[in-house]
Amino acid sequence: MSEIPILKIGDCLLVSIQVDMHDRLAMALQDDLTERIVRDRARGVMIDISALEIVDSFIGRMLNNIAAMSRVLDAVTVVVGMRPAVAITLVELGLTLSGVRTALNVDKGLAMIRGLIDTPERVDDRRER
Amino acid sequence: MIVESDETMPVRTSDDVVRVRQAVRARSVAAGFSLVDQTKIITAASEIARNTVDYGGGGTLRIEVLRNGQRRGVRLTFADQGPGIADVAQAMTDGFTSGHGLGLGLSGAKRLVNEFKIVSAPGQGTEITLARWK
Repeated sequence: MSEIPILKIGDCLLVSIQVDMHDRLAMALQDDLTERIVRDRARGVMIDISALEIVDSFIGRMLNNIAAMSRVLDAVTVVVGMRPAVAITLVELGLTLSGVRTALNVDKGLAMIRGLIDTPERVDDRRER
Repeated sequence: MIVESDETMPVRTSDDVVRVRQAVRARSVAAGFSLVDQTKIITAASEIARNTVDYGGGGTLRIEVLRNGQRRGVRLTFADQGPGIADVAQAMTDGFTSGHGLGLGLSGAKRLVNEFKIVSAPGQGTEITLARWK
């Protein structure tokens, strides 16, 4: 188990990263989330990174991996709350997070997840990627 | 150029990488960096610190706060006694990786700072110097 709590809200899982993660913790979170998606039959995963002061290539890769794994397990991932300075730095670093959906805050993230789960256009959307 | 502070810390474990981020944050705040400048140098430090642990077998980080006239800056020197880098130009290429990462560590870190220097040769370890000015 990682030290980062995973909350279940309906058919969604919510993770709020509140600590400066060392690499093993990031890997543990990735494993735990994948397990919980299956165990809880989750359809959506929301990751709140509003407390993260940086996202480097390792954390970026973790976010990409979680999004890819949840997609394979028929769940959608939305990353919310990225700080503006983090967004500027990520782009300059060369990390596009191309496989990850983002929303400004938790409210918008939940609405995005609901929209993706409830509408059939998700099928087309998947084919594109 | 005046050195306002100068400290050295170990970079041996993934916990040290977290400590490096915290120390670089504290020093860049002390140097009066904006939030974006802080974020850039902390992110660059995190990338290089991880390389020092994963590929260099651990090493040290020297953090200096510098003043050059009205300008203040933070200079970071990562040094390890690891296997070194045979082809520095190749290692600096976007997407090149010898490990499991995205291959953005060195090239990405370089884009986040104003000065970047690598001294490395096979069997000679690696020394990477980064500096960002306010």
